[in-house]
Formats: sequence, structure tokens, C-alpha cells
Amino acid sequence: MSQRYVVVVKADCPTCQLIAPVLEALAPRETVALWTQDDPAFPAVPGVQHDVTLKASFDLGVEIVPALIAFSGQEEVARCEGWERAAWQSILEDPTLGAELPALRPGCASLSVTPPHSERLRAERLAARRVTLGQEEDIQEALFDRGWSDGLPVVPPTPERVARMLEGTSRDPAEVLGDVPPNLVPVTVEKVAINAVLAGCKPEYLPVVLAAVEAALLPPFCMHGLLATTYFSGPMVVVCGPLAKAIGMNSQGNALGQGNRANATIGRALQLVIRNVGGGRPQGVDRATLGNPGKYTFCFAEDGDPKWSNLNEDAGLARNANSVTLFAADGVQGIVDQKARTPEPLCRSFAEALKVVSHPKMVQAADAFLVVSPEHARVFHDAGWSKEAVIKTLRDYLTRPGQELVRGAGGMEEGLPPALAERSFEKFREGGLRLVRAGGEAGMFSAVIGGWGASGTIGSSPVTHEIRL
Amino acid sequence: MSTGLVVMDPTGESAPAARTPLPLPASVAGKVVGLLDISKPRGDVFLDHVEGKLKAAGAEVRRYSKPTFTRPAPTALRQQIAEECDLVLEALAD
Repeated sequence: MSQRYVVVVKADCPTCQLIAPVLEALAPRETVALWTQDDPAFPAVPGVQHDVTLKASFDLGVEIVPALIAFSGQEEVARCEGWERAAWQSILEDPTLGAELPALRPGCASLSVTPPHSERLRAERLAARRVTLGQEEDIQEALFDRGWSDGLPVVPPTPERVARMLEGTSRDPAEVLGDVPPNLVPVTVEKVAINAVLAGCKPEYLPVVLAAVEAALLPPFCMHGLLATTYFSGPMVVVCGPLAKAIGMNSQGNALGQGNRANATIGRALQLVIRNVGGGRPQGVDRATLGNPGKYTFCFAEDGDPKWSNLNEDAGLARNANSVTLFAADGVQGIVDQKARTPEPLCRSFAEALKVVSHPKMVQAADAFLVVSPEHARVFHDAGWSKEAVIKTLRDYLTRPGQELVRGAGGMEEGLPPALAERSFEKFREGGLRLVRAGGEAGMFSAVIGGWGASGTIGSSPVTHEIRL
Repeated sequence: MSTGLVVMDPTGESAPAARTPLPLPASVAGKVVGLLDISKPRGDVFLDHVEGKLKAAGAEVRRYSKPTFTRPAPTALRQQIAEECDLVLEALAD
């Protein structure tokens, strides 16, 4: 089959101007289609097509002009971007073409890859429904009125912003990540990107948001039940690995607090996906009696502690992997111990604080994360204690006789059936107590983050999921 | 229709893109209906008539009035109506 050729140029490109004689020589050829991006009068030859929308250039994937592309049937068989005399002569099978021109001249950026055109063109390929707001509508009020917000202002998800957001991942916008509860709506990378825009994310956060959504949809995490429960909990996201630092997440002072864009918006984006895509709304399927402020957003980074295993290693990943760990979390309960200088007394303080998760007499129910600050971690490091040693000691200290836990004990009706009085119980199920390092350098304060009362196979287990860029 | 900003739908797209009004109640019987007098002359004559019709249909009617027709209803009044009524008749006339 004979070949046909497409040539794309723009007037605002010295190399395109330089090769004007070549374009004139090619114009009479029926097998050559000439496209110009900016000035329809350039080149001054008959039959030039003006790529006004730049769609032809975009669909051809042109990055540099002048571009020469050869097709055999529908299949591209050769391409040269910029002026390379030998390549153009070879592709066009004309050994004298442009003989008077220099051998090599680099081209210029195609308008189709230049903002704002590039974003508009990429956005045109996206699948989500477009909603046109009224001209007189206040944009922020319109987004609130449509129910797309968690109660705080959102960033309007214009097609251009969504296209920019999707630059943050190499993944196909159409890729389906899973079905989002409660309505079990399939969620694409694109829909996550729209909600990431709403939440205020930068494109570089998108891989973390995607991983968080994927992790939330893993069956062990039990997102549907976590959403629907009357309990306080919502998804907490802990990011582990070099990516956390690269995107500017906070693992240090005020790590669990406000003020860091990545922390704030990644956790928020996950919640907005559940709300908007899944349809999970407070007083709807979300039946929380009280909820907790972390249901706006609850996301922080683990502080890499060279002496302890990190959450990657705890999940069997390489230490330098990038991952998200999701936990069905309540609020933060502080622990102060400014006197302990050896591990055992500090573990006693931690154990007393951990005892009250859900209720001081409830055992084998909620999981917990213990966020250990640097000054408390130092006490363990000075004594050479590993993370596992701390957990083992805490489990020992948190094993209690049934007499203290049965109904009526301590004057409280809450408790275990009386028949269990002679047994002893650990506070947490196997694997139900996790340690993570975060926080500022000063302060002998750590934090207990209690979990949903339904843990493990009857409810939610913490899940760690690797981040794909 | 004049159009404004175009945004991408962040939802599962199971509901229409255009906002739809709430469904009309099957009956006004037993409902509290608010009537807001915008304080134009003889508006009360019209509203008395509407009130009679609503009462005949079994509704409880509460009457409110704006301090002046030249300005929007004060926030406190709008909140009071929202709190006390099941239904509000909204209309504009002169």
C-alpha cells in the first residue's frame, strides 16, 4: 500500500519558516496533508489546512513542530519532529528535498502541548458529565447547593483543572479502581481526580489519593460498614515512604493537626470520593451518632525512624516503598509522660491510656494505633528496644483478669458475661495494636488513636497498599 | 439561556445534572403553610383569600410580613419561617 504523509507546522516557529521551500515542494503532492496550527496563511501554498482547534495535532500526538508523520494505511510507520534533512529525505523518498537547507534544526513546541490548549485538549477526552452553572450563580454557592462539599469550600472542578490533576499520574483516566460504597458505584481514576480537585489537592498528590481509595475498597477494610456505623470512626490515612516528603507532607510538628496542604487535602479527597461517588452522606447511610472531626480529613505521614521498622516493613514491603495505611479511626487521645526515662514505666503509661479505648472494660474489640513522638521513641532507642519489644510489653501490661472486665465490675454494667470472670483477656486482638512514629522534636507526648469497635473479620482491619505513580 | 462556568461532575452521576425541585406534597392537610406578606398595599387582601383556601384544604396557616417590600426578608425572619413551617408558597407579583 502506498504511503501518505502528514506535516504539521506553525508560523511562529523559525524552523518551520526555514523549511518553507520544502513545504512548497510538498504542497502539490496528493499524498501529503499540510496542517498549520496558528496562521492559515502560512505556508503560502494551496491546500493548507488550519488546525484551529489543534485537535488534529493533539490526536496525532505532535509535540514538536515541524512534524512529519508517515502512514501506511492507518498505521504510523515513521515520524520526524524538528528538521532533520536526512530523515525527511528518507521518509519522503526524495534524496534532493531541502538540499539547500542546513542538516539539522530543532523545532518548537507544538501548540497542542502548550497551556492552555494542552489542558483543554486533554479535558475533551475525559468522560465525566459536564455541569454548566448558571451565569448569575455564585460558583461556591452552586457547588454547596449541589451537595458536593463536606461543609467547607471546594475548588471548582473545571475540565482544565481535572486535566492538570491527571498529569499527576501515569494511569489511564478510564481505569476503574473498584466500586465505592454505599451505592457501589464504579470509580475511575478520572472521578478520583475530580474529587481531588474539589478537595484542593495538587496533581502530585493524586497517586496517594488513588492508593487511598484503592485501599479503602479492599474487602478487609470494610468501607461500607465503616461508613454506615453509628460509631465515631472514619478512614485515617498514614503515608509511608520517600514520596511523603517529596510532596511536602508533614510527619513532624503538628503532624496530626492543621496547616499542611498535602495532609489536609489527601484525607479530604478520600472522604469526598465516598460522599460524592459512593453517595455516603451523614444522616444518610452514614449513621454516626457523633462522628469525629477527622471525618473531614485525617491524614499524616510517618516519620522515618532509622531504628524502628516502618509501616512498609510491617506490611512486608521494602523499607523505601511508598504506601498508604488506612485505619478505621476515631479521634486523638493524648498521653503525657514527662518523667519516664526507661521503657517499662513508659509502657505502663501507654498501657493505661490504651486501656480506655472504646471502654476500659471492653477487650478484643477496637484496634488502636499508638503514635509515638520522637522524645518518647528516644526512651526506647536508648534502651535498645525494638518496636516489636514495645508491642509485646504493652500486650503483657494490657492483659487483665476477667474479674475486672465482667458486667458489674467497677460499678459499671458494661462488660463481659459473668461466666468469663475466671479467664484473662488481652485488650487488643492479635495484630490489633500498631505503632507509628510521628511528631515534633520537643514534647514527651504520644497519642492513642482508637479504632472502630468492630475490628478484624467482623469489621475493619488496617490495610497497607502500595502507591503506584 | 446564559451559561456560566462548566465543571465536571464529581458524583456517581445517578441523579440528573440539573437540580430538581423537591416533590410536591400529596396534600396540604395537616401541614403548616407560611404566607409572607411583602408589605405592598392590599397584599393582605390577596393573602386572606389564599389563607381561606388553604384552611379549607386542612392546612394550618401562619402569616409573616417583611418590614418593607424594598428589601429582602431579614435573615431572622427567613430562619423563623423555615423553622415553623412545613411548606412555603413562593410567588412574586405586582
